[in-house]
Amino acid sequence: MSSATTDRRELGSAAPDTLRIVKQRHPWRWVSVVIALLLVVRMVVSMITNDAYRWDVFAQYMFSEAILSGLLLTLEVTAMAMALGIVLGVVIAVCRMSRNPILSSFAWFYTWIFRGTPTLVQLIFFYNLSALYPKVTLGIPFGPDLHSWPTNALISAMVAGVLGLGLNEAAYMSEIVRGGLLSIDRGQTEAAMGLGMTPWQTFRRIVLPQAVRVIIPPTFNNIIGMLKYSSLVSVLSLGDLLYVSEQIFSRNFQPIPLLLAASTWYLLCTSILMVGQIYIERIFGKGVARPGATRIGRVLAGGRMVRKVVRG
Amino acid sequence: MTPLVAIRGVRKSYGANEVLKSVDLDVDKGEVVCLIGRSGSGKTTLLRCINHLESVDSGIIKVDDEYVGYRESHGTLIELSERKAAVNRRHIGIVFQQFNLFPHMTVLENVIEGPLRVLKRKRADTVALAVDLLERVGMAHKRDAYPRQLSGGQQQRVAIARALAMRPKLILFDEPTSALDPELVGEVLDVMRDLAADGMTMIVVTHELRFAEEVANRIVFMEDGRIVESGAPSRLLRDPQADGLKAFLSRSGFSN
Repeated sequence: MSSATTDRRELGSAAPDTLRIVKQRHPWRWVSVVIALLLVVRMVVSMITNDAYRWDVFAQYMFSEAILSGLLLTLEVTAMAMALGIVLGVVIAVCRMSRNPILSSFAWFYTWIFRGTPTLVQLIFFYNLSALYPKVTLGIPFGPDLHSWPTNALISAMVAGVLGLGLNEAAYMSEIVRGGLLSIDRGQTEAAMGLGMTPWQTFRRIVLPQAVRVIIPPTFNNIIGMLKYSSLVSVLSLGDLLYVSEQIFSRNFQPIPLLLAASTWYLLCTSILMVGQIYIERIFGKGVARPGATRIGRVLAGGRMVRKVVRG
Repeated sequence: MTPLVAIRGVRKSYGANEVLKSVDLDVDKGEVVCLIGRSGSGKTTLLRCINHLESVDSGIIKVDDEYVGYRESHGTLIELSERKAAVNRRHIGIVFQQFNLFPHMTVLENVIEGPLRVLKRKRADTVALAVDLLERVGMAHKRDAYPRQLSGGQQQRVAIARALAMRPKLILFDEPTSALDPELVGEVLDVMRDLAADGMTMIVVTHELRFAEEVANRIVFMEDGRIVESGAPSRLLRDPQADGLKAFLSRSGFSN
């Protein structure tokens, strides 16, 4: 090549600095916004003008004592069953990944049974446990008994409900937790062991905190699911939110406003959980966070984390 | 004087594939030994056996006259539980090819984790120690950064500080610069050169022959699970005897 050659040749078009760049345009977005707005307005107007909604009945029962007590029971059952499910789920997951063949087979068997049979059957089964075992006895196998209790006194409808939902949940949670634990690079464990950390320290300080980040989204999925599946306890005659609503509309023949009232509460609780999820994800996203991957997440996070992660 | 690290007749197989075929090696206190050889020659496996990240099939490894991950009883070696083996590992640092910093902890938290949780030192003491070490590797200004905010070279320097925080008798380096962009290799080798000058005992698996030549007291060439040749860098690199080593050096583009 001769030394006269340059990197720039004539393009035959306008000089680059005279051309302005216009970002991609989205005309159809504006069309869809208008259509969506129209539909929403039409819907709201119909909800207001259509008397069949019976907003007066809705207002009458929304904060009634019966509905609120049902809500409380739903929240109690959800919280206890979920707590049982998460704690037991972690234990089962760790057992499943253990090199001890007894532990891993037990965990596999547990998941097989509780995931493989209907939750409703499990609930009724625990409620009727006294038919199989009238007494629960603490003692030495094939040896003397230390103490025994009648099964019916131990397993109330509430206990049966929490056990049925919680043990079932543990089977699902164990798979979520196992997935989280498997997602952590083997090098993390080796680095921790290389420092002289014990297996428990390695799990507690290094593997679990990182796995939690992966575990949180599906867990909230399950909590929100549990909030609604907990209405299964109505088969045990427990007055949860949906059950008390049904009881009321079976008397006053107004199912629509009562189901709307119950659904409003469910939706409210779910919304609170979703906001909680964003905050918890922020806590466990340390060091890896892409804070507010969603627009709403950025708004709720107040943009604070965003600035922190920007490289300085 | 007994060597700091004594390796005798170590064998190790993965299934039918024997990766270590009776390896003997002594490393003295303050010595820097570089393990070189093609990938698959067994050098990384040997390194990982020293702190019992891998178990051995036969043979013994002693560090400072103690077994790592085993105890001797009536002429047999009994493998310890991971919990007990952890105690043996405390004073053997290891630095990995992939750094393996804890991503959910800041640089400072990474460095204090060992002394704080394993040695149960007071937090204030560990922080003071960690800041000293971070200064030594030139990373003190990033103490509050998270690993993903750092370049590979910076991460590896933090990983070295993390290993040093345990006040190790020995540090094992497993290809510490192999995952780095070429322009970042120098900063990590500089830190390692400093450590060597300070008298740290180091066993380094490396492909950096120039570094080995300059810093190592001894270079050990492995091939097919055996130590084929070892000696002072000047002798081994300038006047290789084994055919395998000659071929390895010429393939590595190492010439005078």
